[in-house]
Amino acid sequence: MRSETVQVAVQIAGLVKRYGSKTAVDGLDLEVRPGVVTAVLGPNGAGKTTTIETCEGYRRPDAGTVRVLGLDPVADAAELRPRIGVMLQSGGVYSGARADEMLRHVAKLHAHPLDVDALIERLGLGSCGRTTYRRLSGGQQQRLALAMAVVGRPELVFLDEPTAGLDPQARRSTWELVRELRADGVGVVLTTHFMDEAEQLADDVAIIDNGRVIAQGSPEELCRGGAENTLRFTGRPGLDLASLLKALPVDTLAAELTPGTYRITGKVDPQLLATVTSWCAQHGVMPDGISVERHSLEDVFLELTGKDLRS
Amino acid sequence: MSIGTYSPRPGAAPLPRMIAAQTAFETKMLLRNGEQLLLTVIIPALLLVLFSSVDIIDTGAGPAVDFLAPGVLALAVMSTAFTGQAIATGFERRYGVLKLLGTSPLPRWALMTAKTLSVLVTEVLQVALLTVIAFGLGWSPHGSPFAVFLLLVLGTAAFSGLGLLMAGTLRAEATLAAANLVFLLLLVGGGVIVPLDKFPDAVRSVLGLLPISALSDGLRDVLQHGAVIPWGDLGVLAAWAVLGLGAAARFFRWE
Repeated sequence: MRSETVQVAVQIAGLVKRYGSKTAVDGLDLEVRPGVVTAVLGPNGAGKTTTIETCEGYRRPDAGTVRVLGLDPVADAAELRPRIGVMLQSGGVYSGARADEMLRHVAKLHAHPLDVDALIERLGLGSCGRTTYRRLSGGQQQRLALAMAVVGRPELVFLDEPTAGLDPQARRSTWELVRELRADGVGVVLTTHFMDEAEQLADDVAIIDNGRVIAQGSPEELCRGGAENTLRFTGRPGLDLASLLKALPVDTLAAELTPGTYRITGKVDPQLLATVTSWCAQHGVMPDGISVERHSLEDVFLELTGKDLRS
Repeated sequence: MSIGTYSPRPGAAPLPRMIAAQTAFETKMLLRNGEQLLLTVIIPALLLVLFSSVDIIDTGAGPAVDFLAPGVLALAVMSTAFTGQAIATGFERRYGVLKLLGTSPLPRWALMTAKTLSVLVTEVLQVALLTVIAFGLGWSPHGSPFAVFLLLVLGTAAFSGLGLLMAGTLRAEATLAAANLVFLLLLVGGGVIVPLDKFPDAVRSVLGLLPISALSDGLRDVLQHGAVIPWGDLGVLAAWAVLGLGAAARFFRWE
């Protein structure tokens, strides 16, 4: 199968895309591994959708190169398009079409489509019946768009905010489908605003801000690297924290928040935990309720992109 | 669904199959749309019946239907190739249908081919229906079917170009309003039911250069007066076709 010969699913180098005087993507580099789930995160207007649409061949880069499955999305469009599946952020369906006939139609454009009836069943679209697209609920429209992206049995799918506006059940069912796709060897690139979605689904995360990738790695790597973690415990009030800090790495902080509750902030690793507990043992302190707080992806995201609201 | 269900097996369907599927789908969407049917079927049929049976407009010598049938056929072509296609394509662009199809295996030229075929299929149905009604009203057409075919094809090309130009450059709502307005204006001023010689000479010479006038006049020359090939009208339609399709190809935006 062709997908096995591809070493990199998406290779973007120095991508620049401007709309008039506004630079949407500003020298972006990104590599996506084949057969894994890659989440692209970023604040509104960061350049996520523009980047994805350039991969889909929909936009022409102003500078830089984009290769998808080793192909140029614009020049090799005819060869690339059958191999990718696309879910737009919204729309993409004739407003007068019914869900099932639209899906059947997209299936007919492919050589070896999925079984449409089974897919309708799988995504719970069977209840849409004779309802036309414009009268479907937001969740049904999203699920139809997802079905249209996968029905042609692509090697790589691009999902632009696949769970925006879905209720929790529908979100989980979408996540389940993404996992099934990956298990069957389909690469998935998705954009999302939901950090839990990225944490749950993604093998790789790329955080985009101001048109560039500012961090990339697995969710674990991102949560571990750079960001500071916190260790908490309770003990006797008035411990000599200066003495504790002497035993810890230089940039570690310690504070007694309320009498008897302590917080240590810094690079919390097994060594630090061991140092703290042995210091407590030496001083006859029982560190009750000792706990390590890992930073969530959301903390990392806010740390990197700032907490200010963006328009 | 079991393991392996989604295993990649990409591939485009053969081109003829894609074009046939797209044509069938577009035609189905068009025939399902009530507003479109009003424009393409009901209005031309009503005008034909109404003005043939009630003597409102002086259509010159001979039965009114002999004057009206060619005009209404021209109107049918305009309603489908121009008005209907502009509105449908405008909203497809607005709702991201063109965008999504732009990432599907269907090439853009094949999508445009399918749109044209869908227009032609609709026109065949319109012409058949209107011809039956006209015969029922005592129509006696003359002339060569080949000349009629040529006029209808060139007229379709001219109106398609203009319709796609509008759909590909204006907002969907603006296209909806403008396409309907143009339809109405050309219905009145394009020699469809009102003979152009009712207008003052200066106005008439300008109106005569409109694609709808060329089409209705050409069809009338052949079907009512038995002309062999109405070269002048064909020339006007060809010029509009080149201009319209050229501009559409140049300025059409897919989003």
